[in-house]
Amino acid sequence: MSDGVPSVERVSGTGIYVRGNDIDTDQIIPARFMKVVTFDGLGEFAFFDQRFEDDDTETDHPFNDGRFQDASVLVVNGNFGCGSSREHAPQALLRWGIDAVVGESFAEIFAGNCLALGIPTVTADQASITALQKRIDDSPDTTITVDVAAETVSYGDETIDAAVDAAQRTALVDGIWDTTALMRSNEAAIEETAAELPYL
Amino acid sequence: MSERTLYDTVWDRHHVTTLPNGQDQLFVGLHLIHEVTSPQAFGMLRERDIDVARPELTHATVDHIVPTADQSRPLSDDAAEEMMSELERNVRASGIQLDDPTSGNQGIVHVIGPEQGLTQPGMTIVCGDSHTSTHGAFGALAFGIGTSQIRDVLATQTIAMEKQKVRKIEVTGELGPHVGAKDVILTIIRELGTDGGVGYVYEYAGEAIEALDMEGRMSICNMSIEGGARAGYINPDETTYEWLRETEAFDGAPDEFEALKPYWESIRSDDDAVYDDVVEIDGDAIEPAVTWGTTPGQVVGISEPIPDPAELAPEKRDTARAAQEHMRVEPGETMAGYEIDVAFLGSCTNARLSDLRRAARIVDGQSVAPSVRAMVVPGSQRVKAAAEREGLDERFEAAGFEWREAGCSMCLGMNEDQLSGEQASASSSNRNFVGRQGSPDGRTVLMSPRMVAAAAITGEITDVRTLPEVSVA
Ligand code: SF4
Repeated sequence: MSDGVPSVERVSGTGIYVRGNDIDTDQIIPARFMKVVTFDGLGEFAFFDQRFEDDDTETDHPFNDGRFQDASVLVVNGNFGCGSSREHAPQALLRWGIDAVVGESFAEIFAGNCLALGIPTVTADQASITALQKRIDDSPDTTITVDVAAETVSYGDETIDAAVDAAQRTALVDGIWDTTALMRSNEAAIEETAAELPYL
Repeated sequence: MSERTLYDTVWDRHHVTTLPNGQDQLFVGLHLIHEVTSPQAFGMLRERDIDVARPELTHATVDHIVPTADQSRPLSDDAAEEMMSELERNVRASGIQLDDPTSGNQGIVHVIGPEQGLTQPGMTIVCGDSHTSTHGAFGALAFGIGTSQIRDVLATQTIAMEKQKVRKIEVTGELGPHVGAKDVILTIIRELGTDGGVGYVYEYAGEAIEALDMEGRMSICNMSIEGGARAGYINPDETTYEWLRETEAFDGAPDEFEALKPYWESIRSDDDAVYDDVVEIDGDAIEPAVTWGTTPGQVVGISEPIPDPAELAPEKRDTARAAQEHMRVEPGETMAGYEIDVAFLGSCTNARLSDLRRAARIVDGQSVAPSVRAMVVPGSQRVKAAAEREGLDERFEAAGFEWREAGCSMCLGMNEDQLSGEQASASSSNRNFVGRQGSPDGRTVLMSPRMVAAAAITGEITDVRTLPEVSVA
């Protein structure tokens, strides 16, 4: 049934943070980098306008910081990923190396797009997020484990409660987050529903 | 949980089954695609050797990358040409209809669906574009999706979704002179926040909403996503049906119209529907609204002071400070008098015929300020043609506006229409994010078409009601 889709029970790796509320998809990947017909190579443009000044000098954005270049767990604040539906945003993060995002809250389409790529978006309270971001800054080598099944995020001796949307959790843990094959198998039910719609 | 709302009814009618992950599989009545978010989805289908299941229910246009001046092929921008050719290849191979610029029907995806009568009450509508919420103005259940979901829709004509809560937003009273739909939605987002709608679908209701024309209703539903709600809708009524009657879907097919009307009536939220939340907004108190910051929730009425970040809720302070620095505005001042370099009248929020008519009335007999570049980008080729038939182009051009071809244009700066450097723009579009209009240092102030027209004339943000030539009566 799962069509070779891997289960994502937990993600472990070092962390990186992007601080601030309402980080929108235009910041994650500016529109001018979307003039492409594949997602390949989008990773290098993640947060591009935050990472470079007009004269191309690097800013001190965490995505430029040498300490975080191998990170796979991104820690963010509130309403992360608001704005457009562009899947280019999670694709850019994934291709940069991000496998899980922990935040205070996420915009819905962004979280849905992440799920379609097998990237968990888990939420925790503000104090826990702030502490985790500080920890990453203080000791970038800390391994962070996002446990989707147990709904926790742990690092060092700390374990914080995290929330994972129920459907997302099942989809990730059971390896059914790629919905195409799953839904194709319901052809008869699709036909039935369509046949009842007066406008078709 | 909500009960007997339009959302519940339309959801149930399209419900195929419940998936093992707990999500519902919903049938999609209309799928719209454009050149930016669809190519990768077609690529994924090819990789898996899957055909498009129901090409007749998908409709394509080009809007984001099309130039609004010279549209001759090949397009002068190679990347844009590649995207357009790729879309053409994909639709040809799968038998999907494309409204390209040679068709006379091309335009922004959220303008062409409604104007061709593709968008109808009680449908489920999806598109790889967050402003798909626009179509909710007709009482459709319409939401933006990502590229992997586009793949799902192409492959199965269905989508996996979780049901949301429903919040009814009741706008009471009557809007004042020169106050319109855009001012209402900016005020709503200001009140409820840019993330207030996360987990919700918005039902807009109340006298002030019912009094709006379809264009105004589309402006409101369009910006649901700016308030964090993936979908927003308005129950269909006589205004909706009047619009539909004149589209080619029903013009000349009165029987079909009459056959469908009972369905449209049946999906309206019941009088005793149950909502998860109800919010009331006083329509009489709304004044022309403008943004002062870099999110669509950072809004003030034109006569109100820009807030002091220190007085905002703690979690909003940092964002507000950064926004004020970027925009170079001071707390305590009003936005009136803020100098602009560009006036942009366009986008899927506000580039329909009645938007242009309202703005034209403001510019009649006036001249664009010498320091301002003012442009009108009609939402579609049909809007453009209709506007030209009634001479709107001449009225705008006489005032010094550029009159351009249809497309997304400076709403997101994917073609050559972009802000440069620190230019400030009075814009009728929906997003003022940093960098949105093409320049990382550019400054965007969102407002209604009438307010854009007023700013173009005076060269600064101006309460349209105070222009001496504008009758407030
Ligand atoms: S006009 Fe702007 S918001 Fe609307 S579809 Fe085009 S880019 Fe998106």
